[in-house]
Amino acid sequence: MKIWKYGDNIDTDMLFPGKYVYDCNTPEEIIPHLLEDLDSSFAKNVKEGDIILAGKNFGCGSSREQPVIGFKAVGIAAVVAESFARIFYRASINQGLLLIECPDAVKAYSKGDNVSVDIENGKIIIGGKAFSFPSLPGEILAIRDAGGLLSYTRKKLKKNSG
Amino acid sequence: MGETFAEKILAKYSGEKKLVSGKIVTVKPDHLLTHDNTAPLIQKIEPELEEYGIYSKSLPVIVLDHVIPAVSEKTANNHKIIREFVKNYEIEHFFDVGYGVCHQIMVEKGLALPGKLILGSDSHTCSYGAIGAFSSGIDRTEAAALMLTGETWLKVPDSIRMTLENKLRPGVTAKDVVLHIIGDISASGANYCSVEFHGNIKQFSVEERFTIANMGVEMGAKNAFFPVDEVTKKYLSSIGIPPSKYSAIQPDDDALYSKELKYNLSVIAPVVALPHNVDNVKKVTEVVGLEIHQFLIGTCTNGRLSDFRIAARILKGKKVHPNVRLLILPSSRQVYLDALKEGIIDILVEAGGIILPPGCGPCLGAHQGVLAPKERCLSTANRNFKGRMGCKDAEIYLASPATVAASAIHGKITDPRKGGTLNEDLEIW
Ligand code: SF4
Repeated sequence: MKIWKYGDNIDTDMLFPGKYVYDCNTPEEIIPHLLEDLDSSFAKNVKEGDIILAGKNFGCGSSREQPVIGFKAVGIAAVVAESFARIFYRASINQGLLLIECPDAVKAYSKGDNVSVDIENGKIIIGGKAFSFPSLPGEILAIRDAGGLLSYTRKKLKKNSG
Repeated sequence: MGETFAEKILAKYSGEKKLVSGKIVTVKPDHLLTHDNTAPLIQKIEPELEEYGIYSKSLPVIVLDHVIPAVSEKTANNHKIIREFVKNYEIEHFFDVGYGVCHQIMVEKGLALPGKLILGSDSHTCSYGAIGAFSSGIDRTEAAALMLTGETWLKVPDSIRMTLENKLRPGVTAKDVVLHIIGDISASGANYCSVEFHGNIKQFSVEERFTIANMGVEMGAKNAFFPVDEVTKKYLSSIGIPPSKYSAIQPDDDALYSKELKYNLSVIAPVVALPHNVDNVKKVTEVVGLEIHQFLIGTCTNGRLSDFRIAARILKGKKVHPNVRLLILPSSRQVYLDALKEGIIDILVEAGGIILPPGCGPCLGAHQGVLAPKERCLSTANRNFKGRMGCKDAEIYLASPATVAASAIHGKITDPRKGGTLNEDLEIW
């Protein structure tokens, strides 16, 4: 498991360049361009279970769900940041990607530290130290736990019509 | 204790009596805006659309604006899929290639109105706070679900009250105000918040308020809001909408804000946002003389008649520097027509400007005016992210239409004020 560490204000153009937005929609089309202008080694080397660690305002900029779909598809276990931009935050809930807002954890990380996430207990362990993060409100967890907004919506539509 | 704009309007739309920030509510927006991204969005929900249909024909507003006219077979096909969807589901509000940028259309066509709640799968949906609407950006998947169900959740945001005091000095514009604020509070300074603008806002036309609200998302805001006043009402009646057609929602004087900020407009100078963050803001005087290769006046931030009027006043009888190109991007067909009638387009073309079709053009780097490595663009758009104009090794600088127009003459960043550096003779102010 690898930790990919980035700084503040990682914007949606760095996560997935705008020029591909109307050409790439499926995970296969998206994956090769993930973080292309930020870190060209990411798409080649990312593995299932890897974690992204970042500073403030991760995902600022456009309404762009390709990076979220891409992170999910390559198996990113969690994105841990000091803070997230709100559209990116919503997009992640809607795709069932785990985001953890925990500035102390990000600041405590130094290269080589082991990182693990205990979702049940709302804890992230970095280099042996545990940091808690608040759980999401029930309404939102229901969406994430359904595997994302579309499966949540499908269930709701079925229930209403059935 | 009184209520903020966000608390009041979200209470209205969720059917709750009184709301406080932090609560999660379910709302049914008046409109859902989508654009070229409608094709991938409907592809996600094809079986559900077939089984349940869309929630309502009047909910979606679809505008083709991002990559127009189509640049490839793929984008052409996307447009075709959207046209077929519009036809099959009898979507009431559809604006094909050529109408203009979606956000401009929402306001210009009277779809965004005071007291309305609008969501859109585009981050600059926050623009309609300029006329007193609550509007905010969401992602594509959420827009797809909204097409089916007509509802979604919103967290009641904390609100920030920004009081704009005194008057702007000549040569300083609304764009400088919003860049100055973002430089001050940072690109995440209003994260998740509703930002309300108060104080001496009378001096700002609806077009100028649009520029400010448009960039709310660049400070992280969920929505941006200007109270409805005579200026708003006059604008709405100019596009044929009488006060009986809307009901404004105003915050209470004793509402509780998480932060209150005051800005003295009379000391704000023309500014430029340097690469690659919108909050990397410097006074124009600190970057005067920097060589620029491409200039862009337009986009949903600054592509309206008042923006081109300023540009034309500066460029009248002058020529852009021979080593540079100046791109002009009207935000809508209506703006284009009005600019033609006023002779503005003649002036800009004679000065060397290249007129692009109303839409997003080079703003997102997909076509029309992509930059080469090491090139610099001075633009009136809202974002200067790395790679935004199609090349990660290019640089984007953001400024007002006045600064861009004055700079295009010299091929270098220029202070647009009378007597400003490189610009001693500018008599227009
Ligand atoms: S003009 Fe630019 S910022 Fe505005 S909607 Fe189009 S791409 Fe987005």
